[in-house]
Amino acid sequence: MENLIVSPAPHAHSNDSVRKNMLNVIIALLPAYVLSIVAFGWGALIVSATSIAACVLFEYLIAKYLLKQQPTIGDLSAVLTGLLLAFNLPSNLPIWIVIIGALVAIGVGKMSFGGLGNNPFNPALVGRVFLLISFPAQMTTWPKPLGFAGKYLNAETGATPLAAMKEALKAGDASKLAEIDVWSTFTGWLEYGSMGELSVILLLIGGIYLLCTKTITWHIPVSILASVFVFAGLLYWCGYQGAAAPWVHLCTGGVMLGAIFMATDYVTSPMTPLGQIIYGIGIGLIVVVIRTWGSYPEGMSFAILIMNAVVPLLNIYCRPKRFGETKKA
Amino acid sequence: MTTFRIGGVHPHDNKEYSAHKPIVDVELPKQAIIPLVQHIGAPAQPVVQKGDKVKVGQLLAQAGGFVSAPIHSPVSGTIFKIDRAVDAWGMAMQAIYINVEGDEWDESIDRSEKLVPDCKLEPKEIISKIQNAGIVGLGGACFPTHVKLMPPPGKTAEVLIVNGVECEPYLTCDHQLMLEHGEEIMVGIKILMKALGISKAIIGIEKNKPDAIQHMQELASKTMGVSVMPLDLRYPQGGEKQLIDACIKRQVPSGALPIEVGAVVDNVATIYAVYEAVQKNKPLIDRVITIAGKKVAKPGNFRVRFGTPLSQVLELAGGIPADTGKIIGGGPMMGRAMSNVDMPTNKRVSGVLLMPKEESVRKEVQNCIRCAKCVQACPMGLEPYLLSKQSENQMWDAMEQHSIMDCIECGCCQFTCPSNRPLLDYIRMGKAKVGGILRARAAQKK
Amino acid sequence: MLGQLIKIQQMDILIISLISLGVTGLLAALILYVVAQVFKVEEDPRIDQVAEVLPGANCGGCGFAGCRALAEACVKADNLDNILCPVGGSEVMKQVAGILGMEAVAAEPKIAVVRCNGTCEARPRTSKYDGAQNCQIVHNLYGGETGCPFGCLGCGDCVRACQFGAISINPETGLPEVDEEKCTACGACAKACPRNIIELRKKGPKGRRMVVECVNKDKGAVARKACQNACIGCGKCQKVCEFDAITVENNVAYIDFTKCRLCRKCEAECPTGAIHAVNFPPRKEKPAEPKPAPAKPAEPKAEVKPADAKVEVKAEAKPAEAVETKQAEAKPVNQEPKVEVQPKPEAEVKQVAEDKQQTPQQ
Repeated sequence: MENLIVSPAPHAHSNDSVRKNMLNVIIALLPAYVLSIVAFGWGALIVSATSIAACVLFEYLIAKYLLKQQPTIGDLSAVLTGLLLAFNLPSNLPIWIVIIGALVAIGVGKMSFGGLGNNPFNPALVGRVFLLISFPAQMTTWPKPLGFAGKYLNAETGATPLAAMKEALKAGDASKLAEIDVWSTFTGWLEYGSMGELSVILLLIGGIYLLCTKTITWHIPVSILASVFVFAGLLYWCGYQGAAAPWVHLCTGGVMLGAIFMATDYVTSPMTPLGQIIYGIGIGLIVVVIRTWGSYPEGMSFAILIMNAVVPLLNIYCRPKRFGETKKA
Repeated sequence: MTTFRIGGVHPHDNKEYSAHKPIVDVELPKQAIIPLVQHIGAPAQPVVQKGDKVKVGQLLAQAGGFVSAPIHSPVSGTIFKIDRAVDAWGMAMQAIYINVEGDEWDESIDRSEKLVPDCKLEPKEIISKIQNAGIVGLGGACFPTHVKLMPPPGKTAEVLIVNGVECEPYLTCDHQLMLEHGEEIMVGIKILMKALGISKAIIGIEKNKPDAIQHMQELASKTMGVSVMPLDLRYPQGGEKQLIDACIKRQVPSGALPIEVGAVVDNVATIYAVYEAVQKNKPLIDRVITIAGKKVAKPGNFRVRFGTPLSQVLELAGGIPADTGKIIGGGPMMGRAMSNVDMPTNKRVSGVLLMPKEESVRKEVQNCIRCAKCVQACPMGLEPYLLSKQSENQMWDAMEQHSIMDCIECGCCQFTCPSNRPLLDYIRMGKAKVGGILRARAAQKK
Repeated sequence: MLGQLIKIQQMDILIISLISLGVTGLLAALILYVVAQVFKVEEDPRIDQVAEVLPGANCGGCGFAGCRALAEACVKADNLDNILCPVGGSEVMKQVAGILGMEAVAAEPKIAVVRCNGTCEARPRTSKYDGAQNCQIVHNLYGGETGCPFGCLGCGDCVRACQFGAISINPETGLPEVDEEKCTACGACAKACPRNIIELRKKGPKGRRMVVECVNKDKGAVARKACQNACIGCGKCQKVCEFDAITVENNVAYIDFTKCRLCRKCEAECPTGAIHAVNFPPRKEKPAEPKPAPAKPAEPKAEVKPADAKVEVKAEAKPAEAVETKQAEAKPVNQEPKVEVQPKPEAEVKQVAEDKQQTPQQ
């Protein structure tokens, strides 16, 4: 008989893997992805394919030639980063800008910290915010959803509901607020916006899939959505001049995409349930603040990145409830 | 249907290989090797010498202290020597070698199959009988049973919780024991209730054993104060603290014993041994073990006398399959992998699992992706990812602050880790280190 | 009042801001000065001086929390008898003594010694470990991959403990090797080894020393079965030693380095080769073979497989009373003795094989 293998217990494993989890998130993103292709046609395909390919390529090159590690592209995390980055971009963005975004997302946001698991900030959002600051014009012109009939570059453009709202408020015209069609933002049909933020309902379906496969827990998405609702509702019902209704906040911009797919990124979210809830509430609060008082119409990326920075602190101060722990009298 | 409230995982139970296989007696070995340490606590002191003739059930070694247990001869024959033996992990141990001659039992032992339902002994007599029979917890920890039955002053037991959970995958010996010896176990429960002076007992059984639940429920309906509680499938429900939480919704505080919340937990196999010891005068000389595995030819449940070489029992189960990669003493979650099969069976071995090679090798370790699945899975509410890192960096003080001593080493964290990280390997090492530091500190205070 | 303020506002705003900022700065400086005076910590300036000459590695080998803690202890102490910086050795302690006006005790330079020679060939694997690569974990789990429950586990706890990069695992033998140049005898590896295999021993004149490279406490036959190179506790070395330096306890011999006079008789006597003479030059009484020019080593390297080389080095070492250094033992292919081996007839290899067969019966 050959030598027996000896190892410490446990000898069984759940067969869960990084790859499986990443694949689940990608699957959950598919409905919204399909809609974005239907809505934006070739532009959506080109931008997303470029983003994914560039992310995977940069991760491979950096791991192999700069870090001299075994490349880990097989775990699909780079594919996911690329897809999420594309979801945050307008579909008429030139290819070279997408590639720069992917380089920043993977190179600066992820690999400079030592690869998957060590990055403090969500790589896709690092890439997106970098592009937003560097190329504000290209990043804030949104193509009209004309399907494959629309052109990739030089497309007919328009403003997102949130941007239109902001403009109206700056002009001192609060009546625009009431014109937002919540139903169309909910279904995502014929809407301006970045590739992934069109349809609330499709993103919710993806979220339910993630919850069912136990890829994520309810804590982060629910606490973000609840806190956006509560804080926006407070402003709205207290009659603050220029506050949008809470359901408008929930159904527009990147709140859904961020709450379900971006904020729940494993690496950059807190480890304990309590920490996750505080993290979610913080994101919700910052989003409402930026949207109401900030100069940008949308604040989800900034909110998540700011709370990413708080995560190490939350991990230190939020302990899970120990078994047998009694409340201090 | 209920279960414990924090964490836990759900491994595939894989019980179909040996479930419902009737208990088979294993033949006596030619030479029995009886280790002197078969329990938690001080080693037993031998009272026999080379050349002595012994009968089955005769005392071989007496307890080495209060937290210790005597060892009785499982065979009859001549003491060959008392010498070093190698255990299944390549470490040396002291053992008594007996050359087996015939099968002659001590006269005081009642070998009949007849059920003796009534016990007229006083609680103190019951406990001393259990102590003298060398009974230890057969669930795995091998903690001497009599210690549990004597609550420290100021504490009183309220309920006896009977552990029929058998949450480890593959193992079926307790299940089969409940089916074949339910009546005896019920008498054993009554004896323990009398010894503890309590009137309530709960038998916890997981719902993947519906026939055992039904059988025990029928028997319990005829017995005052005993009830069966079917439990949801969840590992590590068989852990003492988890079982108490599942059955009576009380959580044992950190560092305390179950008696703190008025509970005493005993495994069904232990209770069967109590019945035999008190009613039949039979000391603990054998137990039922499961031999299972996906490729084992004849898996089953076997009653073995202690000291029988494991290889002989494995022969009975159809031998070791050719592509066996790992042989585990116990279940796949908490069992210890062995480096050889020459070891004699003893009180500690509850089953042997033969794993095929492809399942034996661990998968490649990747970076921690901080998915928090280990935190969700930990049944003690700890943070395994953090403890493991601290242990790797030898931060013993920090580990102590993060309640490392609460860890029950159940393996849920490592089981669930998508990055295949050896979380428990490091945590277990850190726990041993911190435990040593704490003991040294306590000794210094004295 | 209000009118005045308005007047001032009309004055040059620059001047006002300059004055107010200046006053704020002065106030802050004053507060800092007062606080610094009130909470001043008086420190012996010599502590800084002493800390200056210490190596600054903060390895903790001296038993203090770091170099500065050692410096404080030195300044506080009445004499330096019990204080030693193992890294800096007597050189540094002399400087410290100079600063403090005390006398330094001349400390023998020490070195970490790995007391296991159970190489891959000598100690066959009996199981395969598949878990976290950490000696302590393996040690807590079981006896290890080989039959010897005392020997080196080879997972490199000592390598990780060494702050000076002085230990590395030789992939050929599976055993750690100490780089004598880099080792500072801080003792971190000895503390890290769960099996207490690594010991700090006197470095010896020109680095020469005798070591029993085995800690197996099992009886001879059991130990030998697990590892060909094990000390079997036969006591031959004890008998032959004229200086009472060798004790055999628990079936394992130990050479007291304070008594050993490096006569090397024990080495020749040891039937298993567990006693090693380190850093000795080749023995003179070997004139039969004139040394071939050491320009040839490339050729034998190509021809000799590591496993064979092992036997041959031994062959040459024992019957012909030749010498192998520790390094030669570890890396037989690269070392000088290898060159001498090449012309030796096979007969000697056989001789050793016979020697080895005889030993268990003795």
